[in-house]
Amino acid sequence: MSTIRSRLILIAILTVVAILALLPRNETQRVPDAVTGRMKDTTVRRVPIHLGLDLQGGVHLALEVDQTKGPVPDCADAIQRAERVVRARIDEFGTTEPVVQIVGRCRLVVELAGEKDPARATSIVQRTAFLEFRITDMKNLFRDALPGIDRALALAGVRGTAPVSSVAQLLGGDTAKTPKGAKPKGKTPAPAVDTANANALSSLLFQGQLPGEFLVPDEQVARADSLLAHPEAKALIPRGLDLKWGTDVQSRGARLYRALYAVEDKPIITGEELTKATARRDQLNNHSVVVFDLTRRGSRKFCDATGQHVRDYMAIMLDGKVVGQPPIINDQICGTGQIDLQSKPLTEAQDLALVLRAGALPAPLAIVDEKTIGPSLGADSIHDGIKAGIAGVVLVVLIMVGYYRLSGVLAVSALTLYVLFTLAGLSGFGFTLTLPGMAGFVLSIGMAVDSNVLIFERIREELQHGKTLRTSVDEGFRHAMSAIIDSNAATALTAFILYEVGTGPVQGFAITLIIGIGASFLTAVFVVRTFYMIWLQRRPDMVTLSI
Amino acid sequence: MIRLFANANYDFIAFRRYAYVLSAILIIPGLILLAMRGLNYSIEFTGGTVVQVRTVQTVSTEDLRTALDATGLKGAEIQNFGAPNEFVIRARLAGIRQATDSQEGGTQEVARAVSQALTAKLGAGQFTIVRFEAVGPKVGRELQGKAGLAILLSFIVTLLYLAYRFEWRFGTAAVLATVHDILTTVAFIRYLNLEVSLVVVGAVLTMVGYSLNDTIIIFDRVRENLRKFRRQNLYAILNLSINETLPRSILTHGTTMSTTLALVLLGGEVIRPFALVMTFAIFTGTFSSIYIAAPILMYIEKRWPGQDERGARAFTGRAVPDVPTPAPTGGGAGLGGSGGRAKAAV
Repeated sequence: MSTIRSRLILIAILTVVAILALLPRNETQRVPDAVTGRMKDTTVRRVPIHLGLDLQGGVHLALEVDQTKGPVPDCADAIQRAERVVRARIDEFGTTEPVVQIVGRCRLVVELAGEKDPARATSIVQRTAFLEFRITDMKNLFRDALPGIDRALALAGVRGTAPVSSVAQLLGGDTAKTPKGAKPKGKTPAPAVDTANANALSSLLFQGQLPGEFLVPDEQVARADSLLAHPEAKALIPRGLDLKWGTDVQSRGARLYRALYAVEDKPIITGEELTKATARRDQLNNHSVVVFDLTRRGSRKFCDATGQHVRDYMAIMLDGKVVGQPPIINDQICGTGQIDLQSKPLTEAQDLALVLRAGALPAPLAIVDEKTIGPSLGADSIHDGIKAGIAGVVLVVLIMVGYYRLSGVLAVSALTLYVLFTLAGLSGFGFTLTLPGMAGFVLSIGMAVDSNVLIFERIREELQHGKTLRTSVDEGFRHAMSAIIDSNAATALTAFILYEVGTGPVQGFAITLIIGIGASFLTAVFVVRTFYMIWLQRRPDMVTLSI
Repeated sequence: MIRLFANANYDFIAFRRYAYVLSAILIIPGLILLAMRGLNYSIEFTGGTVVQVRTVQTVSTEDLRTALDATGLKGAEIQNFGAPNEFVIRARLAGIRQATDSQEGGTQEVARAVSQALTAKLGAGQFTIVRFEAVGPKVGRELQGKAGLAILLSFIVTLLYLAYRFEWRFGTAAVLATVHDILTTVAFIRYLNLEVSLVVVGAVLTMVGYSLNDTIIIFDRVRENLRKFRRQNLYAILNLSINETLPRSILTHGTTMSTTLALVLLGGEVIRPFALVMTFAIFTGTFSSIYIAAPILMYIEKRWPGQDERGARAFTGRAVPDVPTPAPTGGGAGLGGSGGRAKAAV
């Protein structure tokens, strides 16, 4: 009696704990406010089981240090610093339960569950966000060096593509508006190779409105880039100058141009000195702007530099590209400044402000693995999984009750506890339920009754050997035990390996399997044994067992 | 009470040669096909891009193909996925490299190309991209290595576990039976040309666990019967053990099969390959426990007999006693030693 009572108490405690673990509870989430766009805390009430990305939709990104744009010697260190920056950005970006973790040595995994705009999330994570301010080539040193570069390129045997005539008149001209129609024959092969050779580079560049600005026809950007990267040309680019492309394509008449800027190679200040950055809409021209504050040190530096460069143009550079047209410095700028994004949407300004606040990545990150699951697909998967689960359970119940009668009923009631314990285990240990995990769970329901089948068959054998009812039950449980332990241990071992070696969804599957094995051992052996004990005690006169 | 196959007394081991032939018929053409065409690996392994789209109106795959070709994304696989308005577009890395002439960045360009093609064909807002995956070549290679490692590790661990719980002969037999299961499953995957994704590899590993589980149940009974019937030869004990565990096998495989079939029919498109592999795994796992694992155990016992050298007597008495009582005549002669080994081929 006392053993039955203590067993029942234990089962009751476990059941209560499991139910408590699965009760819907309030959870705080940070989500962007629909009206103001600011982050706020909201509470939602839900069953505390983490759903994997494949079930609730979301973005999975694996990133590595991009080595193509220059080698990074210590990738582990770079990734660790990148992790902090990415985490800061994600926390502000606001998704529920973001995962930012380093996997292996040099890989960063970011998971954003339920994210509905994957492209935006990706750009926020991946953006280097290295901000710098540089003065443009006020003395036109690059322009003056152009003929020399052309000659050097011609000597090196580089062929030009555009006719000469159009360029000569434009170079040195102070209006940039004329290029329209000036190059109508751009597409036709150069008739005179010799003359074209003489101006390979300068024929592609049109002087812009301000010193150091050049416009390149959009279709010629790749060619201009390759010419500039030519060692002969590189050697002749004036010392102290860098050439940087603009971010946007601008249209002049019917043609598209991209701006190329000659800027000083040393920034007057970088994004490290930023303390605050906020996005807003400029009331005057309705432009989206990012307003920023500087640290005390940065502010002093900025003051000095802008003081020296009054009437000069200052390029605002983000990730090596010039944002917008460099503004003129009208007066000393101290403390605060702003980046004008012109007619770009406000969300873009908000994202830029966000990445600037969180800081720059120590090195550019390349995406090596990306998965995006739409929320509707996840919902479908859950729906299908539940349908299959119910069908599977109904079949298992029919087989067990049909074959084992009352003993089958005991096994099935233990099975409900099994489902409860497994789900509680998933929730309690904070594991994630994935789609393969759901499949594994459905499968495990079929396998969970295996222990009961083993025990019941054993009891039947013992009964057949003419043993008494009670002895048969005792012996049945005892003899089935070694098979149950060994077979479950073997499955658990393979599941464990699957967990260790697998990734994401497969790990979810392995976890479900391992928890399922534990739960089935508890319910099929301990719980069913207790049920039998009660049954046999209630009916001491029983001579035939419904099995 | 209903009893299926109670007191069954089939001579399973006698059928082992037919079983070998059956396995060979399943495995060998499958492996030849495998050598010729390889497996249909998912982009998780090969690297590349998968885009799953759901359209408002139904479109034919041909229309989608012409739209994709127009954007320069040639050679992408287009497949209907479950519903007539749902498609999966796959572009493997090798194809992308040719089309865009880039290494890593190509995967992103594919997504853009698909999006462009669909907008051009159907108009904006007429489709949603419900799934997008892009895997770089490095991650794919890593995964291939990991999957192989997982299978190898699971073998070593089970071998060690079984060697510890039983002895090495049982462990080897169980692992060899599992190798057989992996071969048949790979052949099965090849026949159906199922896409080998991580989840399918997971299914193969689960199959390993399930098949071992089933073999262990029988071996556990063999171990028990070896202790119980000291004078009985191994052939008889194997048959006896298989017959005794037969009702359990039928029942458990019945319940498990119900759940996998429910998954095949109702679980949705994503999980179907997994469910198909698991359904087949139940067949092959059960088959190999009886017809592969047990005869191999007998063969190993015969070649490298254990302490009581019962394996050496494996074929001395073929009759399986109906009531499991030790045969009075078998004893002494059999204990004569390994010198009197029967020449039965296995």
